[in-house]
Amino acid sequence: MRYALSFVVVLAVTVAAQQGPDRSHPPAPGPTPTLHLPAIQKLKLSNNLPVWVVELHKVPVAQVNLVVRSGTANDPPGHFGVASLTAAMLEEGADSKTSLEIADAVDFLGADLAATSGFDASVVRLHVPIARLGNALSIMGDVVERPTFPNDELERLRQQRLTSILQGRDDPPTIASVAYARVLYGPMHRFGTPQFGTAAIIKAFTPDDLRSYYTSAYRPDNGVLLAVGDVTAASLIPQLERTFGPWKASSQAPPALKLPEAPQHAGRQIYLVDKPGAAQSQVRIGWIGVQRSTPDYFPIQVMNTILGGSFSSRLNMNLREVHGYTYGASSQFDMRADAGPFTAAAGVQTDKTADALKEFFNELKGILKPVPDDDLERAKSYVAFRYPGTFETTGDISRRLEDAIVYRLPDDYFSTYVQHIQAVTAADVERVAKKYIDPEKLAVVVAGDREKIEGPIRALNLAPIKVLTIDEVFGPKP
Amino acid sequence: MKRVLALLLVAIAAPTFAQTPPPKLEVTSTQFTLPNGLTVILHEDHRVPMVTTNMWYHVGSAREKPGRTGFAHLFEHLMFMGSGHVKPGEFDEWLEESGGDNNGSTETDRTNYWINVPSNAIQLALFLESDRMGYLLESMTPKTVDAQRDVVKNERRQSYENRPYGMAEPTLGELLYPPDYPYHWPVIGYMPDLTAASYDDVVEFYKSYYAPANASLVVAGDIDPARTRALVEKWFSDVQKGRAPEQMHVPEVPLAGVQRKTITDRVQLPRIYDAWLTPPHFKAGDAALDVVADILAGGKNSRLYKRLVYDMQIAQDVNAEQASAQLSSSFQIVVTARPGHTVAELQKVIDEEIGKLQATGPTDHELQRSVNQIEASFYNRLERVGGFGGVADQLNAYYTDTGHPDYFNEDLARYRVLTTADVRGAAQKYLPLDKRVELTVEPEKP
Repeated sequence: MRYALSFVVVLAVTVAAQQGPDRSHPPAPGPTPTLHLPAIQKLKLSNNLPVWVVELHKVPVAQVNLVVRSGTANDPPGHFGVASLTAAMLEEGADSKTSLEIADAVDFLGADLAATSGFDASVVRLHVPIARLGNALSIMGDVVERPTFPNDELERLRQQRLTSILQGRDDPPTIASVAYARVLYGPMHRFGTPQFGTAAIIKAFTPDDLRSYYTSAYRPDNGVLLAVGDVTAASLIPQLERTFGPWKASSQAPPALKLPEAPQHAGRQIYLVDKPGAAQSQVRIGWIGVQRSTPDYFPIQVMNTILGGSFSSRLNMNLREVHGYTYGASSQFDMRADAGPFTAAAGVQTDKTADALKEFFNELKGILKPVPDDDLERAKSYVAFRYPGTFETTGDISRRLEDAIVYRLPDDYFSTYVQHIQAVTAADVERVAKKYIDPEKLAVVVAGDREKIEGPIRALNLAPIKVLTIDEVFGPKP
Repeated sequence: MKRVLALLLVAIAAPTFAQTPPPKLEVTSTQFTLPNGLTVILHEDHRVPMVTTNMWYHVGSAREKPGRTGFAHLFEHLMFMGSGHVKPGEFDEWLEESGGDNNGSTETDRTNYWINVPSNAIQLALFLESDRMGYLLESMTPKTVDAQRDVVKNERRQSYENRPYGMAEPTLGELLYPPDYPYHWPVIGYMPDLTAASYDDVVEFYKSYYAPANASLVVAGDIDPARTRALVEKWFSDVQKGRAPEQMHVPEVPLAGVQRKTITDRVQLPRIYDAWLTPPHFKAGDAALDVVADILAGGKNSRLYKRLVYDMQIAQDVNAEQASAQLSSSFQIVVTARPGHTVAELQKVIDEEIGKLQATGPTDHELQRSVNQIEASFYNRLERVGGFGGVADQLNAYYTDTGHPDYFNEDLARYRVLTTADVRGAAQKYLPLDKRVELTVEPEKP
């Protein structure tokens, strides 16, 4: 632990300014500040819709989010993209208001209102000056409870999304990420297709598809309302009750879909997507990682911090600071209700692509060896000591609450987070590295200038190379 | 953690809630100057047990010499590589050990550096910030410059060359300003200039622009102001005075006519950039042009979005911005065509809408909607103390631009007093159709 080091704790300033400070060693930290996590008040409306309230009184603003536990991961086969498009359509007509009227009303209040889908939840998020909260809630209520799914607005959003998919072909990080998900999970598993779906599916959606999805997902028995900001539960609850209390589900909840088991990536393989003229190659390396409920959550956080989760991590130090191949290299475990990918990533200069791949694998092999105490303590301290600072804004806290809601985290999750991190040992880190990273079996996706990079990559003898076309990554041009 | 048990609550009658105007913005700070010339601003906020140090050096790419573009930003990278009492790598390692984060950024007129730490590590942040201000060159070597040169070149590749439409922004500056104007070249710099940057350039730049008298430091967050003042005095007491550079005086160079250029990129869709030279930040017209940008392209009901994206559906996206800076600002309208449509179609509608705004101005409702959104943004910007755009960064920005760190209410008042005639007048005066840059990005032929 950081504070067990032999530093003298200085509580007060005793050095006179004229003397000049002692720069022979870094100043020791004072006592660790006390952690005051905000209280979460858990209540319910008359329709049993749970409400979580966190009071934060510094700035006169509020964040109010409706979370429904249905995300893109639950899109049925053949309807990949339905959650995302349904969320986007909520603001395109609700109750008697048109798309333009809703937007005008929200903008006039100085509010931000947006509905989006993640893998495991869809969320309608409202951020608003506290003085305008009442009016804004009424619009949010319309959008959540009474969307109308007008046909002409759907046509417009459809064309906008098809155009976005077309534009994805321009952007090397997008190409690499879409290709990476596809080679890991395949076309049948939901995680193998972007959350907004494919052009073919987007072309086929009808307003009824969206209405039917809406009815199954947006319902008080599938949701939690959360509010963070300059509010008191006592004054806020009656407002929420008026807006969301009368909301009723119109049918029985459909059974939850279970994602098929995705087979793990079997053997090391390079997938090359040609992007002629690219100044850099976008690299993604990894395989299927772990689900959010893993008992190894905390050791994985520490292990990944050492590997590629901080500026001083091994990947960034090696590829950026030592070799200068990149502006930044990192790694992450994307944890969802089902196992998301583990990914090491960087954009590397074209003529150093093969050298960079070699260094990636040096670090991916290196993390399997016992980690030195210094690395372990620095990573643990970094994750643990910065944690209290991540509860600062209404947005920060609401994101934490969303996680707790969606992944059903225990009540003491936030208050015990730091001690869980501090309990991680070198043996834990070694164990989870070996369990969740096998350099012999990882997928390597490179989106770059094939003419310049294929030869040097081939000469590395790292793995067989399969060339993917842009159409294989995105489907045919919309 | 305190947790309230679930409680069933049924509202009997719907309450009424009055719409009161938001309260006055309150951001108190104290300011003092050290004997070496460093301006220090302290701001207390105890929401989370965190402290931020936020240092602005009043130098950016505008001070660069010909043949050394991108140098201010390259120099920013060198500031993280260690200093007299901090070996390479230790800056980040020590901060991470304490739970800290840090970053920096370079613009045309300033370079900023922030360190966020748990409040018990405030001295570490002050030690590191003062050491690189006072002793940077003691650890600097040509090798350090080489290492970050490669990183910066990759930043340029990643953020400009390999990004769709990425070369448009550097090209706009070249078209808006003559070659010797300090905003002509991009902050990221040109590749040959990055190659040419030398260790000697580092020494000269440091001596010219990194003196305490050319900087301002904000320390904000979970602090005790009296103790913090003593700590700042302690850690910066041995930093030598140096010299502040002369103010920049650059004559205005208006656009004489329409500057047209077409560049190609590896993109699917054409895009048009219209740009005008406009008044500097906080000068007359600057705030009204923020509102003009809103009325043209902020939200679904804005004039260009509604016509091009919503009604006609010949554009994929629309943006407008008054990009405010110290010597000169630029107003930009950026529109991407839908497949099958041309920039000529887009330009025709853009010009019609600018013409209408110049002829009849905005409605009261449009103006009020924009001001309400701007007002809300002032509150939203107070939520975070540290990092880019946090309260500490804003205090430093206001101090730099106006001499007053707490300029929040004065800044907001610039928008609250605007009339529809002011907005119309700004559109008339500053967005002439015959004096602007028209940059088109067309898809490369396969």
